Amino acid sequence: MSEIPADLKYAKSHEWIRLDEDGRATVGISDYAQGALGDLVFVELPEAGETLTAGDTVAVVESVKAASDVYAPLSGDVIEVNPQLADAPELINDDPYGEGWLLKMSIADESGLDDLLDPDAYEQVVADEEG
Amino acid sequence: MGKRTPLFDAHKAAGAKMVDFAGWDMPVNYGSQIDEHLAVRARAGMFDVSHMAAVDVRGTGARAYLRYLWANDVARADTPGKALYTCMLNEQGGVVDDLIVYHVADGHYRTVVNAGTADKDLAWMQAHAEGFDVTVERRPDLGIVAVQGPQARELALGCLPADLREPAAQLKPFFAAFADDRLVGRTGYTGEDGFECILPAADLLPFWDALAAAGVEPCGLGARDTLRLEAGLNLYGQDMDEDTHPLESGLGWTVAWEPADRDFVGRAALTDAASDPQRKLVGVLLTDRGVLRHGQTVRHAGAGGEGLLTSGTYSPTLKCSIGLARVPQDWAEGDSIEVERRGRWCGARIVKYPFVRNGEARIQI
Repeated sequence: MSEIPADLKYAKSHEWIRLDEDGRATVGISDYAQGALGDLVFVELPEAGETLTAGDTVAVVESVKAASDVYAPLSGDVIEVNPQLADAPELINDDPYGEGWLLKMSIADESGLDDLLDPDAYEQVVADEEG
Repeated sequence: MGKRTPLFDAHKAAGAKMVDFAGWDMPVNYGSQIDEHLAVRARAGMFDVSHMAAVDVRGTGARAYLRYLWANDVARADTPGKALYTCMLNEQGGVVDDLIVYHVADGHYRTVVNAGTADKDLAWMQAHAEGFDVTVERRPDLGIVAVQGPQARELALGCLPADLREPAAQLKPFFAAFADDRLVGRTGYTGEDGFECILPAADLLPFWDALAAAGVEPCGLGARDTLRLEAGLNLYGQDMDEDTHPLESGLGWTVAWEPADRDFVGRAALTDAASDPQRKLVGVLLTDRGVLRHGQTVRHAGAGGEGLLTSGTYSPTLKCSIGLARVPQDWAEGDSIEVERRGRWCGARIVKYPFVRNGEARIQI
């Protein structure tokens, strides 16, 4: 059973979003997503300053067996990407909600938050995929 | 629900992530594919490969039949106990399947074919048996466990049925020992030493449990794939298939041209292909960041032309990405090439493979 922290929001495509106190959002991929991908070996991240529209491909995470796109869960600008992932992509496996975060972004349009899932709704998405 | 091997419950109990493979529910990993891979390179790992099909060929005509059916020559395995790797070709020289055969005794061969092609293989073998005094029989009552790694033989010996221990301890590479319906071969698909054990289904779980107790790591199909690719071993359906022949798949060494008067299925077409080689299989090392994948296009600015990545992965031993590619004949080892990865051309180099054998890197990064 994968972990789904109660204080986060989620996207159907398995990103998690933490709303930070300074009005920014931190984005990563869920425990379920890292488990499904298996050992991660390569992460391609955007540049700081890049402008994102919700739904854009913003990053690529590659495991030994497959490559998977990560989508921007919100519209806004990339403020910072996780500098540790270039050398240690396995942080995503080891600590998907902590040290394995992908990027921090500004939130251009708060109404986009309404499209995100709460933990219960995301749990249902995972349950459906696991069949 | 897919087909299950006798070890299905053991896999689940060990925390395996199960996936569909050719209609079978098989373990892809038990947690970390990379850890499993490295365990095989450093110590010992075990694989349930019971989805592969054991097929017995028996009869006074068995030897003559197999000499006609396969591109390698079972006459090279006339010594009982000898194992042989071969391709089974169609008339066009394309590969119907690749397989390993063990010469059990006079008039008795046991072969192991791929899970995804087993039905097709059986039909093909039956269709070509006409005129030979031979029976071709699938053995679904048998299961297969591979134990691989530098410590594999030492750890596995004590877990084998008592009457097989001594003969198994004496085996040279590519030989097998037999007792009743049980077979232990010093063969494998990882580039490491070890055994492949074909056992009655009821013997499988006790053997697996004993291996686990001896410290042998359970490994899934994920690690099996990265191990075989590092070892430069082809995967049927990716590196070769019915539309590609052995000579353009790095498998020329498995074709027995001598004696010249031995006719085998596909010989005429293969002889034509050999006279004017167009393509070959090469090793590829990605020098840019990323991961090579099956199906990516490769190009060569100097020599021109295009090729196709037939296998690609991340190499846990080398900590970079490696692959195999079918490319024009004039591309050479050491050449810089490019691989199209997610819409971008990335730098790569043609290298000699295998990439890793017996735990040691064989290429310069």
